[in-house]
Order: sequence, then C-alpha cells, then structure tokens
Amino acid sequence: MSEQFEPVIVGFLCNWCSYRAADLAGTSRIKYAPNMRPIRVMCSGRVDPQFVLKALHEGADGVMIAGCHPGECHYVEGNIKALRRFLLLKRLLKQWGIEDERVQLVWASASEGIILAEAVNKMTEQLRELGPLRWKETVLSDNGHKPVVAAELETEVEEV
Amino acid sequence: MSEKVGVYVCHCGTNIAKVVDVEEVSQWAGEQENVEIARDYKFMCSSLGQDLIIDDIKEKGLTRVVVASCSPHMHEKTFRAACEKAGLNPFLYEMANIREHDSWTTDDEVAATQKAKALVNAAIDRVVHQEPLEPIQVEINPNTLIVGAGIAGISAALELADAGNHVILVEREPSIGGHMAQLDKTFPTLDCSACILTPKMVDVGQHPNITLLTWSEVEAVDGYLGNFKVNVRKKARYVDEEHCTGCGICIDKCPFKVVDNVFEAGLGERKVIYRPFPQAVPKYPVIDVENCVYFLRGKCKACQIFCPTEPNSIDFEQEDEILQYDVGNIILATGFDLMDVTRIPQYGYGRLANVFTSLEFERMVNASGPTDGKIVMRDMETAPKSVAIVHCVGSRDNNYNVYCSNVCCMYSLKFAHLIHERIPDAEVYNCYIDIRTPGKGYEEFYNRLLEENTHFIRGKVADVTDAVRFPGEEGKLIVQVEDTLIGKQRRLPVDMVILSPAMEARYDSREVSQLFRMGCDFEGFFVERHPKLDPVATMTEGVFIAGACQGPKDVPASVSQGAAAAARVAGLINLGTVMMEPVRASINKELCSGCRICNDLCPYNAIVFHDDQEISEVITALCQGCGTCVAACPSAAITGAHFTNEQLFSEIEGILWDVREKQAVPV
Repeated sequence: MSEQFEPVIVGFLCNWCSYRAADLAGTSRIKYAPNMRPIRVMCSGRVDPQFVLKALHEGADGVMIAGCHPGECHYVEGNIKALRRFLLLKRLLKQWGIEDERVQLVWASASEGIILAEAVNKMTEQLRELGPLRWKETVLSDNGHKPVVAAELETEVEEV
Repeated sequence: MSEKVGVYVCHCGTNIAKVVDVEEVSQWAGEQENVEIARDYKFMCSSLGQDLIIDDIKEKGLTRVVVASCSPHMHEKTFRAACEKAGLNPFLYEMANIREHDSWTTDDEVAATQKAKALVNAAIDRVVHQEPLEPIQVEINPNTLIVGAGIAGISAALELADAGNHVILVEREPSIGGHMAQLDKTFPTLDCSACILTPKMVDVGQHPNITLLTWSEVEAVDGYLGNFKVNVRKKARYVDEEHCTGCGICIDKCPFKVVDNVFEAGLGERKVIYRPFPQAVPKYPVIDVENCVYFLRGKCKACQIFCPTEPNSIDFEQEDEILQYDVGNIILATGFDLMDVTRIPQYGYGRLANVFTSLEFERMVNASGPTDGKIVMRDMETAPKSVAIVHCVGSRDNNYNVYCSNVCCMYSLKFAHLIHERIPDAEVYNCYIDIRTPGKGYEEFYNRLLEENTHFIRGKVADVTDAVRFPGEEGKLIVQVEDTLIGKQRRLPVDMVILSPAMEARYDSREVSQLFRMGCDFEGFFVERHPKLDPVATMTEGVFIAGACQGPKDVPASVSQGAAAAARVAGLINLGTVMMEPVRASINKELCSGCRICNDLCPYNAIVFHDDQEISEVITALCQGCGTCVAACPSAAITGAHFTNEQLFSEIEGILWDVREKQAVPV
C-alpha cells in the first residue's frame, strides 16, 4: 500500500451537542477516520478565531468547529455567534490562500453521532486530496497565490 | 513553573487496550515535560485504580493529574473525587478521552495510539495551566416536570407527590393513562388493566401535589439542573374546566361520529366532542376541531345548547394558553409508538380485511371496547374459527428493527389464552422465532399455554395472502410459514391474523430529545447515562427518563423506572442544593476598556455595564459559562474559568505535538 497523506484535524467540539455526538459515535462503535483530534469547549461560541489560527499555525491541516444545530444551542445562540465569526474568519483565510475545506463548521446534536462521524470522514477525505497545509509557504510567504478580488468574496459569503 | 503531573492510562479491560497500545502511551507520557509519574492500569475507575492516584498524590506530591480513559461525561466526577480525597483541588485534574473518541472509533492500532498520545499530551499541557476552583452552590427548585402520563409517568408522579413534592404532569392526549389504558388484560396474571390502572389515574387527578395538564405539550425548555423554566402549551379544549362537571351530556348529544384512530386504534368510533374512554382523567371532554361541524361550517352548537351547567361550559372562543413553570428537575416518560405494519406489505395489513394489529385486538377483547369484548372479524359479527398470531412483526428483522420488542411474546401468549377462553373451539396458531419469557411468572404462563392446545409453530411468517392454491383455502387467509422444527413449509388457512408489531420510539422523539437537550439513539429511543448502572438518568443533569421512551418495556419495568426516576429526583430535592461547575466568566477591571461588545452577546443578560466606571461586570449567578463573551473580548479582559485562553492554547499546542516539530516557524 502506498503511503497516503493523513491530515491532522483539530476539532473544537461543544460540550453539550457535538462532544456528546462524538461520545455517541464511540459508544455506537461507528468507525471513522482517526484524523480529528477533539478539544472540548463549553460552547462553539467559545471558539475564538485565534484558536483556529493557532491550530493551523501549529501544524494542523484543518480545523473543524462543531456545535449544536441553530436554535438548539445549550446557551441559546452561542452557535449563531460561532457562525458569524466563522464567516468572517473564512474571508480572512481566503485572502491568505487557505482553502475553504480546511476550516469547517458542522452542526451535530448529541443524538447525531453518525453525522459527526460522516463529517469527519468527509473532511478527512477532502484534506487528503488537498494535501498538507504548509502554513509557512501558504501564509507567511508569497507563493504566487492569486489575490482574491473583493467582489468574489462578497458573493461567496452570501452563499453561506 | 514546574508542576508534578501524574498520568494514568486506562486499559478499560480491552475496550481501550485492544486498539491503543496503552503501555506505549504510558511510557511515552512518562518522558514528557512536567510528568512525574505515568502508569497504565486495567481499570482506572476501580477503587484500586483510584487508589493509585490517591497514593501518588500523597507520596509523590503530585500537583496535577491526567487520566486517559473514557469520556469526561462518564468518569470525570469519579476522578475529581479521587483527587479531592487526596487533598488535591479537583479542578487540577484533566481527562483525555481515548475510549469514546479513539479506541471505539477505529481498528487502526497505529493511528489510534498516535491519537491517544496527542490527546494525552494535550491534557498534560493543559493541566499545568489549570487553576484550583471552588464549585458553585445551586438551589434545587422542589417542583418537578413530568412529561407523559402513561403508567411510567403516573408512577413517577405519584411517588414524588406522595413524598410531598409538587409535580407538573403534562400529557399530550386528552386523558392520562397512555397505552396501558387501551389494554384488556395484563400478562402473566391476567389482571384487568383498567382495574389496576384507573385507581392510580384517579389518585393523580385528585392529588393536591399534582398539577395535571392534559391536552398540553411542552414547547420550550430553558435553564439547567435545579432551575429549569418550561413553557407548556395548554391546547384549547373548548370546554371550560372550571364549570364543566363531566356529566357527558354534550357527548351524548353531539350528532357526529368519527373513527377513533388513537384510543380505539381505528376499530371504533367516537363523537366529535369526546373523552377517549369513560374512566378518562380528567373527566372534561375535548372538541375535535378538525371534525366539528360548528368549526367547519359555523352551525350545530348541539353541545353548547344541551350543556346543563351554569354558566355554560362549552366555549367556542377558547384559545391555547401558554403556561410557564419553574421546575428543578424533569422526567420524560413519553412512551412508544407501535410500528406502522403497512410498511410490511407481505403481511397484508390494510389490504386483507381480517389482518389485525395487536392494539386493535386489545381493543376488541376489551369489555369496554368497540365490540364489547367479543372477538369478531372485520364484519364486526362473525367469530373466527381459527386465528394465527404472528410474532416479531418488524422486530428482530434486519429490514425494520433489529432489536427485540420485549413484550410481544408475552402478549401474543395472552391473546392465545383469551381466544381459547372466549371461543373454546377455535384453533390458535402462534408463529414465533423464539419464545422469550424472561420475567417473573412469565415462563409459567407459557407452560400454561402449552397445555391449552395452542399450536406453536417455530418459524418466521413469510406471507399472509388470500390467494387460494389448495382446496380448503377458499375464503381464508393463508399464512405461509416454514415450520423449522419439522423442516417443512406450511400453509395455515385461518379466519383471522393478528400481527404483533414492533414497539418503536415516538415519531417525534428526536425533536423531543432536542427540546430537552439530551440524546436519542439510532432508533429514536432516549439514551440513558449508563445502560446498566444509571438507566433513568441522562447525560443532561436534571433530565431523567422512564418507561418505553428509553426502549421497549412492559408494565412492571415501566413502573419500576418511573419510581426509580422519582427516587433520583427526590434525592436531589432532598439535598436542596447541589454543587455546580465553577465554569464562569469574569472580567478583569484593569483590562476592560468599556467597549460593551460583550454586553449584547450574553444570552442570559449576565453582563452589566457600570456607567460610572465605564466597565462591564459579569453577574456570576446568572452566568452559565458558555464563554462566548470570552472569545469576543478585544482586550482579552474576560476570563472563562477552566477554559482560559492560556489553557486552550496550551491544549492546541499539546494536541499537535507530532506535527508541530515539523512546522517550527516563527509567528
């Protein structure tokens, strides 16, 4: 078997829904890619964009933020705040040439172990295709990435 | 900074050790910075495992502890308690979840061991930055919300109310009683179901400690253990409960009938203004607006005209009410649905007239049911001469539900007995896969049936048809089944077929689980905290479950669970206060710039702004610790206890230990 690139994904999972979804995936013995390394936060609203940048900078190939479905947040609407920050952060990352797939926001309730597992599998697959992030080359130096036109960004964000 | 960290890697029998090389992880952890000692052990949660930690804290002077085992939702409390016992503040302990999040999710031993190292390293790097914290006391509101008033909910409500606690009991249907009220006899003693249930229903209806809300549904749940706020929608009955005496004249006078698909399982009719059954609690009827001619066409009002009360109890203008309650605990006892057997077309239900479901048959044999207890075919007069009872309809079947529905064997035996009793010369066939009678007196009941001339045929029914192939089959239903004990295909021509369908989770159980923020499994049954040791608690503090909403169950098991859930709640009420995690935000006055960004972010309005000092402050009692404000503060003036920036940054660095080295770039 040829050596396949295995991305490292840092997952920020909210204590009430997504961390429990991951627990349920385990308890239900759902097999999924071991590439996501979970970090527990009380709410997806706790995820400071700095955490995402820190993880990417420290060598992660991708970051998954997972929270309760909109309308079901244990803290009323922390997940909506996470969504707002996520959209803003994506604009920044795009300008740095970091692909969309590398930072993902997932909704998984405590009963949706399978949804979380599938999201991890899908993201792992996408990052395997993309290859390593190489923060140094991608972000810190100009390696010929096309500058993104502001107008393009506008439409992108609206679509989300 | 030098902390002495103790790292303990659990084998969990083979649950972890089978996939993760625990010795390797432990040995590797011992080489990490700050780590004083690292051990692996078969069961860390056992008392011997805990003693390892306690002894090391005392003897080696550990200042921090990491246990790599299961989910913190499983054993965080256990190990925190062990630390506390040894004199270490429990918040100086951190857990690495290498079971649910690792060993159970993959068979790849190399990857799993690598992931375990990352999780352990993250915990080590995080724990050195953790600070001692003191728990916050929370008062437990002594009122309890119970959702669902079937036998499980009734048991729970009576246990709590009899012990002097107030209960708000919410039921979706117009009457309490649940499925048990529909049954005729209960196995194995053949007690009349109504005779044992209705006294309990009356107790509930009259209990001074129970606020009974039927024809009502919980719409919103807010808060946390000890302090939930719930909104209940009390649907309009169009009957004024204050003045209605429950005389039933309106029901008699109502000129319109519809098929009762709920209580009579489609076998009988009811009036448009109705009580599901005569002994209903409460006694007030309800108007079915979808079928009421007054609501449809603006004419009739027979019920109002004949209502003898003064003032008149019929109120066509009545509207839904939203009632708010503060409760300390919640018990969910929302029950089950019977599987829709039209999903199994080869059994012919809905197509072949004389194929019945078990619930239809229960109503039929019930003396107060639509046939007054006579066993008849769909023409409502002819008694069947032969009946086949089909077990495991949609249960133990990979195409539908893999689980065993637990009660069908016993009630199918009961049906056979009742048919013998009412139609002595009838031939009764029980087609089963296995007869499962694991309960007190159940096997004895089976033995009794074996002597009552019931034909037991071991084999899963393939097909129920009316297509005649052999003489003698004309006008009959033919049950095609392989009799596996004699190794032959058999065709049983019978007059009537009774299907014993699977017990399934309520159609809306997923939405209910989301409303109460707790888990439900693939099948939609609510997930208990522990399948053996904590079957009525859920992962959400203050939310308990009882009865068939947790999995298929018979009456005795539902009653036990109702009582068990009540006992758990009573324990908390008795304590009066519980300790809550001190995970709360606080603002450093010196750093706060008074920008007020955090003020609007807080969903609990826990942040106030002091105009005079131009700074914000968190009211600790209101703060729930989500950390949204912490993430938003541009001055980094807000600290989220136990989830500080420092702790999380260290955790991120730690979790990426193996890829960090390759990167090593300046910021």
